[in-house]
Amino acid sequence: MPVKDFNGKQVQVDDEGYLVNQADWDEELAKAIAKEEGIEELTEAHWKVIHFMRKEYQEKGTAPSIRRLKNTGGIPVKELYNLFPGGPAKKAAKIAGLPKPQGCV
Amino acid sequence: MKKLLILGAGTGGTIMANKLRPVLDPLEWDITIVDQEEVHYYQPGFLFIPFGIYNRNDVIKPKRDFLPAGVNVEMSGIEVIEPEKSRVKLDNGKTLEYDYLIISTGSKIHPEETPGMLEGGWRQNIFDFYTIDGAVSLANFLKYWEGGRMVLNIVEMPIKCPVAPLEFVFLADWWFTEQGMRDKVEIFFVTPLPGAFTKPLAAKFLGNFLEKKNIRLVPDFSIERVDPDKQKIISYDEQEIEYDLLVPIPTNMGDEVIARSGMGDELNFIPTDKHTLQSKNYENIFVIGDATDLPSSKAGSVAHFESEVLFENILRAIDKRPLLPKFDGHANCFIESGFGKGILIDFNYDVEPLPGKFPLPGIGPFSLLEETKMNHWGKMMFRWMYWNLLLKGAELPIEAQMNMAGKRRVA
Ligand SMILES: Cc1cc2nc3c(=O)[nH]c(=O)nc-3n(C[C@H](O)[C@H](O)[C@H](O)COP(=O)(O)OP(=O)(O)OC[C@H]3O[C@@H](n4cnc5c(N)ncnc54)[C@H](O)[C@@H]3O)c2cc1C
Repeated sequence: MPVKDFNGKQVQVDDEGYLVNQADWDEELAKAIAKEEGIEELTEAHWKVIHFMRKEYQEKGTAPSIRRLKNTGGIPVKELYNLFPGGPAKKAAKIAGLPKPQGCV
Repeated sequence: MKKLLILGAGTGGTIMANKLRPVLDPLEWDITIVDQEEVHYYQPGFLFIPFGIYNRNDVIKPKRDFLPAGVNVEMSGIEVIEPEKSRVKLDNGKTLEYDYLIISTGSKIHPEETPGMLEGGWRQNIFDFYTIDGAVSLANFLKYWEGGRMVLNIVEMPIKCPVAPLEFVFLADWWFTEQGMRDKVEIFFVTPLPGAFTKPLAAKFLGNFLEKKNIRLVPDFSIERVDPDKQKIISYDEQEIEYDLLVPIPTNMGDEVIARSGMGDELNFIPTDKHTLQSKNYENIFVIGDATDLPSSKAGSVAHFESEVLFENILRAIDKRPLLPKFDGHANCFIESGFGKGILIDFNYDVEPLPGKFPLPGIGPFSLLEETKMNHWGKMMFRWMYWNLLLKGAELPIEAQMNMAGKRRVA
């Protein structure tokens, strides 16, 4: 497992950069991952998504889909794409410290 | 009398009725199966209809011909499932109680989920091939089409038979070549996935095929809406693709009865234990086939593999034994690749499609992750297998669990 350094903090990530240990996550780490993903600043709107995702993950064991973010989280899909350009479900999960959402087969 | 109730007499429900009737004592167990339609569709055959290889009659048979004697058949819509009361209400006014329930209500397409898809262009120059009517009208359209840009678009995942869209563009490439008009047609494959398929090795392998066949792959495209007047599809991040002919795979969802019964997720798929196939919320409910929320492919072959595990687990549940977590996500899909050839992939939850021979290690006759004529015959033979063996719940010469023998790990 690769180890990655975010602002001096060493954390284990998988091959695609998703956190291995959920316990490593904190808001500072989220900001650092976001920077790597090209999001300079996490706004209140970003945090709303991140916290919703973490809550869902704790309750259900999987990261919510875009459809669930819309229906239950009340976040319009368009806004998700603006907040996390180029793949909101995956990017937001990464920043929220969750495993890669199970794309389906 | 104890009661076993099966909802849906498609692939999964029919298999379960055939497997369970012979082993559950008729003096003790009443088995009832419910479906709203008399006709059983061989859905994998829909793929061949647009190209005139099959027609409507090649893919339909009466459902009752495949249901065993001694099973009560209710031809009716299902109004609601009341899991807390262990009973189901039907559209025909009947209420059926059960000791055990198997849900096999499948999945279907919802074009209305995408704004613009049903407005104006639907069945004019926008056709699905996931329904019999869509496939037949597309065949009529293609007969007279003079060419232009054909865009295949997967709206969102999951979809049933996730390889069918690839097969469709491969066959289209072949068919337009046969018609002597391949140079007049541009083919686009537009998908929300990052590549041609989800699993890395297969994505690369199949991606190469698209390139070889001069089919343009547009990955990471999540459609927001169709503009039927300007004939283009628009993504959430404002990419636009123009089309002359649009072939979407619309959003796939479980049946509305699941939503009405408050038993599904956002897409009406039922939370199901991925190894035992028991409903996560109700001990006496089991789910098979497309109706589950399992992270496996939604395919007839998968329903078949699931049926072996489910069969064992239903009997164990009846005998008050712990369930066996034996379903491993096994899927086995022939991919028709055009010009009389095919590709075969075999995989499960943990092991992505790998190259090798199947089902006999080293011998075959089928080749994994490779294009051969034999694989094409496998695909065409599947229809016979489906009607004559699979639906009847017969043993197939393939294990329910995926086997590593015959596969090569690739570094
Ligand atoms: C174009 C296409 C190509 C495919 N190709 C392949 C392939 O090559 N190989 C493969 O293995 N699989 C393939 N599949 C997938 C395969 O057909 C399905 O995965 C399989 O049929 C699923 O079985 P099921 O029992 O879950 O659902 P189904 O077979 O769809 O059965 C569901 C049944 O439930 C009934 N039902 C649902 N709701 C209600 C209600 N409210 N009231 C009453 N009855 C109801 C329906 O009438 C239906 O009969 C393909 C599918 C399509 C569309």
